[in-house]
Amino acid sequence: MSILVNKRTKVICQGFTGAQGTLHSEQAIAYGTKLVGGVTPGKGGTKHLGLPVFDTVRTAVEATEATVSVIYVPAPACKDSILEAIDAGLKLVICITEGVPTLDMLAIKARLAIGNTRLIGPNCPGVITPGECKIGIMPGDIHLPGRVGIVSRSGTLTYEAVKQTTDRGFGQSTCVGIGGDPIPGSHFIDILALFEKDPATEAIVMVGEIGGTAEEEAAAFIKEHVTKPVVSYIAGVTAPPGKRMGHAGAIIAGGKGTADEKFAALRKAGVKTVKSLADIGSALAKVTGWK
Amino acid sequence: MNLHEYQAKQLFAEYGLPVSTGYAVDTPQAAVDAAKTIGGNRWVVKVQVHAGGRGKAGGVKLADSTTEVFAFAKKWLGQRLVTIQTDEHGQPINKIYVESCTDIDRELYLGAVIDRASRRIVFMSSTEGGVEIEKVAEETPEKIIRTTIDPYVGAQPFQGREIAFGLGLKGEQIRQFSTLFVNLARLFQECDCSLVEINPLVITTAGNVHCLDAKVNIDGNALFRQKRLAAMHDTSQEDERETLAAKFNLNYVALDGNIGCMVNGAGLAMGTMDLVKLQGGKPANFLDVGGGASKESVGEAFKIILSDQNVRAVLINIFGGIVSCATIADGIIGAVKEVGVKVPVVVRFEGNNAAKGSERLKESGLNIVAAKSLIDAAKKVVNAAGGKK
Repeated sequence: MSILVNKRTKVICQGFTGAQGTLHSEQAIAYGTKLVGGVTPGKGGTKHLGLPVFDTVRTAVEATEATVSVIYVPAPACKDSILEAIDAGLKLVICITEGVPTLDMLAIKARLAIGNTRLIGPNCPGVITPGECKIGIMPGDIHLPGRVGIVSRSGTLTYEAVKQTTDRGFGQSTCVGIGGDPIPGSHFIDILALFEKDPATEAIVMVGEIGGTAEEEAAAFIKEHVTKPVVSYIAGVTAPPGKRMGHAGAIIAGGKGTADEKFAALRKAGVKTVKSLADIGSALAKVTGWK
Repeated sequence: MNLHEYQAKQLFAEYGLPVSTGYAVDTPQAAVDAAKTIGGNRWVVKVQVHAGGRGKAGGVKLADSTTEVFAFAKKWLGQRLVTIQTDEHGQPINKIYVESCTDIDRELYLGAVIDRASRRIVFMSSTEGGVEIEKVAEETPEKIIRTTIDPYVGAQPFQGREIAFGLGLKGEQIRQFSTLFVNLARLFQECDCSLVEINPLVITTAGNVHCLDAKVNIDGNALFRQKRLAAMHDTSQEDERETLAAKFNLNYVALDGNIGCMVNGAGLAMGTMDLVKLQGGKPANFLDVGGGASKESVGEAFKIILSDQNVRAVLINIFGGIVSCATIADGIIGAVKEVGVKVPVVVRFEGNNAAKGSERLKESGLNIVAAKSLIDAAKKVVNAAGGKK
C-alpha cells in the first residue's frame, strides 16, 4: 500500500511536449510510471515518446481513463491548466511549475473546495511511491520501497530525508512534496491524514519551513488524529524577519512564522523534532526502535 | 516587489481613491516648483524609500515655506535614511514627495493581505490608525475588523458599509468609505497585490475620508502580467548583490556572517544555514542556485558570494536532483579561474553525478576541501572560517 499513487495509477502529462514535460516524462516512463499520454493543445492526434497526445484534458481522460495529471506548463498558463484538469474530473492533479501568482491560487482553492479533485503543488517536486510510480522531478534512484511516509514543503530537503531513510534501510511508503508557495493545493494536514490511514506507512517525516502557520495547524492535527510516530525538521532558524528565503512562502512576516514557534508547537503535540537536518534518520530510529 | 509611496498614490488615484495632490521630485528646485504648483502655504515633504518608520527618522516634515521645502530636499536628496526597519546603512533617497497638507480629525487604519490560513484576501480595519497595526492586533484584537473577500465574487459595497459603521463613520463618510473599500479591493485583485496598506486613513477636518499614506506590494510571481508595475521597480532600494543575483535567476539574501553558502533548493539552503549556525558559525548569505542551475549561473553565484568582503570561507552544498553535480563543479572551476579565490572552499556533493563532480574538482587542482557528509561539511567550513564565533 501507499498513498495517492501506485503501480496501477494511470497518469497524463499537461505540457507533455515541452522541454520540462519531455525530460521528466522520459524519466517517469523509465521508472515504471504508467504514463498513458499527454496534453498539448494543437498537437492532438500526434505521438510523443511513443504515447498519444491530446488537445484537451477531457479527451485525454476519455481515451486513457487516467485519474492523475502532472502539470509542467509555464506559470502564466498554470491556472488555466489546473482548472481544466479539475473540470475533466481528475482525482489528483500535481503541479510542478514554480512561480504561479498567488491570486491564481486563491481562485483555484475556491474551485477545489466544491469538487473532488486533490491538488498537490504548485512549486513542488511531485509525488513518488518508490518502486511503483514516480510523478515529478525527484531523482528516482535515491528512493527505496519501505515504511516511512515523507511530506515536505521543500524539494531538496525531501531528498535529504529520503536519502537518510534509504541509507538506514527504512525506505519510504510515499513521498509528497506539497511545495513552497504561500497557498499550496494541499497542506500538511491533508497528507498526514492519508499517511495515518495507510497501513504501509509506519512512521512519518514532516519537513517544514519558516512562514505561515501550516506547521502549527499540523501540530494540532497530529495531537488529535495521528497515532503513528512523527519526526519533524523545520528549516530557517537563522532566517531574518521580512526576508523571503527563496520560496514565496518562506518569510517571517510581522514576527510570525518563526522556526522556533513551529518547533515548540510540534513538540507540544508529541512530535520528535530535530534541530539539525542531518539527524532525521537517527531520530526516526530512536522513536520507532528500528535498527 | 515594493512600490514607493508616490507610485502607490498614483495607482490609488487611478482607482478613484482620495489622495492629496503631490509630485515626486529629484532636485531641491523641483521641490519648490512642485510646492508652488500645488499652491497654499503649507506642504508635507517625504523622502521616498522602501522602509517604514520614516517619520521618526526625520524623513517626513511639515514645511511652512518654500524655503523649508528647499532645505528639506537639499538635506536629504542623495543621502541615505536609516529607520528602525532598515540596516545600519539605510536606504538611498533619490526622490522627495511634495504633497498638499491635510488637516486631520481622526486617524484610522485600512489594510489588506493574502491570508494563508483562510486562503482569501482579508481586509483589516481599525479605529487605531497611525500606529503599528501588529501591536494593535496582538494587544487589542477586538479593535480590528476582519473582512474576507470571495475570489470570484469580489468585494461588495455592503462589506464596506459594515466596516464603515464599525469604525463609527457617519453620514456621507459611509458612502465614501464603501466606495473606497470596493475600489481598493479591485486594485488589489487587478494589480496582483500581496499587500496594500493605508496607515493612516484619515477623516479630514472637513469630514471627508482621505488616504494619507499608501503602501503597495506586488506579487513577484505576477510581474509577467503587470508589466507597467514591473517597470516601477526601483532596484536602488535593494542590496546590489541581490539585484545582480536576480538577473541570473539566483535567490540571494545578504546576511551579516562570514561563511558564504551556495546551495540548490530554498529549503536546503535554509537548512544549510541552520547547520552552519548549529556548528557555531555565522552564514554570510542565503543563496539558492535553483533547479535549473547552469555552468554560467553557478559561476555568477560564486562571484557574488566572493564579492562580500566579510566572507572567510565558502560552503557549497548540492543535492543533485535535476541539476548535475558535474555541472556545478564546472561552474565553480570556471569562476575560480576567472576571479581567483583566496578563501577555503568546502564542497559536499550528493545525488545526480556526485562522484563525477567531486572528481572534476579534485582534478582541477584547486584548493577545495571535500566533505563526506552534511555535518562534516558544516564542521569543516566553520573551522576554515576561523572557528566558532
